[in-house]
Amino acid sequence: MNCGSEKNYCSRLERLLREGQFVVTTEIGPPKGASAHEMRELVHELKDYADAMNITDNQTAVVRLSSIAGAVHVLNEGGEPVMQMTCRDRNRIAMQSDILGAYSLGVRNILCLSGDHQKFGNHPTSKNVYDLDSVQLIDMVRRMRDEGKFLCGEPLEGGPIRMFIGAAENPFADPFEYRALRLQKKVKAGAQFIQTQAIFDVEKFERWMGMVRDLGLHEKVAILAGVVPAKSFGALRYMKEVPGMAVPDDLQARMKGVPKGKQAEEGIKICVETIQRVRQIPGVRGVHVMAIMWERKVPEIVTQAGLYPRPKI
Amino acid sequence: MIVAERKPLPEILGMLGQASRVLVAGCSECVAVCHAGGEREVRVLASALRINASKSGRILTVKTLTVQRQCDPEFVETVAPYLDGVEVAISMACGVGVQFLAERLKEKKIWVIPGVNTKFGGGAVAPGIWEERCGFCGDCILWKTGGICPVIRCSKSLLNGPCGGSQGGKCEVSEDIPCAWQLIYDRLKELGRLDLMLEPEPAKDWSLARDGGPRKVVREDLTA
Repeated sequence: MNCGSEKNYCSRLERLLREGQFVVTTEIGPPKGASAHEMRELVHELKDYADAMNITDNQTAVVRLSSIAGAVHVLNEGGEPVMQMTCRDRNRIAMQSDILGAYSLGVRNILCLSGDHQKFGNHPTSKNVYDLDSVQLIDMVRRMRDEGKFLCGEPLEGGPIRMFIGAAENPFADPFEYRALRLQKKVKAGAQFIQTQAIFDVEKFERWMGMVRDLGLHEKVAILAGVVPAKSFGALRYMKEVPGMAVPDDLQARMKGVPKGKQAEEGIKICVETIQRVRQIPGVRGVHVMAIMWERKVPEIVTQAGLYPRPKI
Repeated sequence: MIVAERKPLPEILGMLGQASRVLVAGCSECVAVCHAGGEREVRVLASALRINASKSGRILTVKTLTVQRQCDPEFVETVAPYLDGVEVAISMACGVGVQFLAERLKEKKIWVIPGVNTKFGGGAVAPGIWEERCGFCGDCILWKTGGICPVIRCSKSLLNGPCGGSQGGKCEVSEDIPCAWQLIYDRLKELGRLDLMLEPEPAKDWSLARDGGPRKVVREDLTA
């Protein structure tokens, strides 16, 4: 894990991780419109409860205000953004261009993703890009930083860009026995931090972490455990249907057993418990709290999990 | 082979408009094999057009023939005796054949319309069922993936798959689509070559695919 020079960190997030802090990151879904007003209010509310916040990139292939623009709004509100970039909508030319642009505006963290297929979104008839996949994107950003070169080999004017590189991994997708090896590929390509898919099945996540540790990856990449608070039994059941999500039966039963009016509270409780459990797993370096459509609960979750206040640097 | 499906009759009638002298030209190769545009389908379409015309009291003459291979000008030439008086030709060949036919028929000012939708390069997995297998990327890497193509069988064309949406061997896009990378993983495991999935695969050169522009192959040893 290096960002060019020993004492220089690419970003605040990298610094916290290098200093051994258990980090908290969170996520904001930008609006389906051009006003960033509400989003900025949210950033303002959340920035003391998370070390960095992701701005999603047309999540589930639904058109939203761009991640790059969102990241700049976060910066302007005094927060630390993690820009997300999927491979679905941009080719390597647009990606490198956007990375330069984002960097020039102060963005220092990037999360490299394959991206949900456009059939899930509101423009399913659009053309597929997928010029690169997430592993190739990670590698491309790494080159821009460690070699100061574009993918084609030409040098960047003004020298390398110092971007902290992240990726996602899903411990619950198949083939299960290959998942840690795929993470290894991402690490080889240059991934420095990982945010996982939402964890409800802690036991399965523990098994995955075991495989990750066997490969020594926990020492090469910072793994942040993803958690999502479920608002209700219905929400939990809906999440179970999302590709790549695993929701154990006993958890569903637990939520179902709670009266409707109390389910939201139970969802938060489960989320906090999950954070506390994953924190005990060797190799887990932080949590990534995804409270999409429920972002205002993040302060409560972080506080109840004993993770407030966040370190000040 | 190239797999195609017949266009719905209403769509063909829409394209025909008021034309009263039609030629239906089939092809006896790929489209015949997938029962979309061979001799049999030519006869069926011709009948349907005549029935439709007589129902609406229109005059319509339909000539038919099936060319050996519409993607070959030498074979396309066999349409020559059929062209007199023809206003519109419906080509039941794949998109390639339609274009070669249109090229030949332009001197007689004959409007050529497609009678099928050309779908993909694929093969039969069961009687009556064809699946896409090749995306014509121009730079075949099947040796690295146990003979399963990630460019076309992975919905995202990932070369370092699977993505996080692979579950139970299925692609996130549809339950009917197996995850190509699950298939590749299983195949390479069977063949004892999982080592091929350990190193990051670099970015693809898409300029060799259609993205680089329409392509051409020239064999100097075969040019006249």
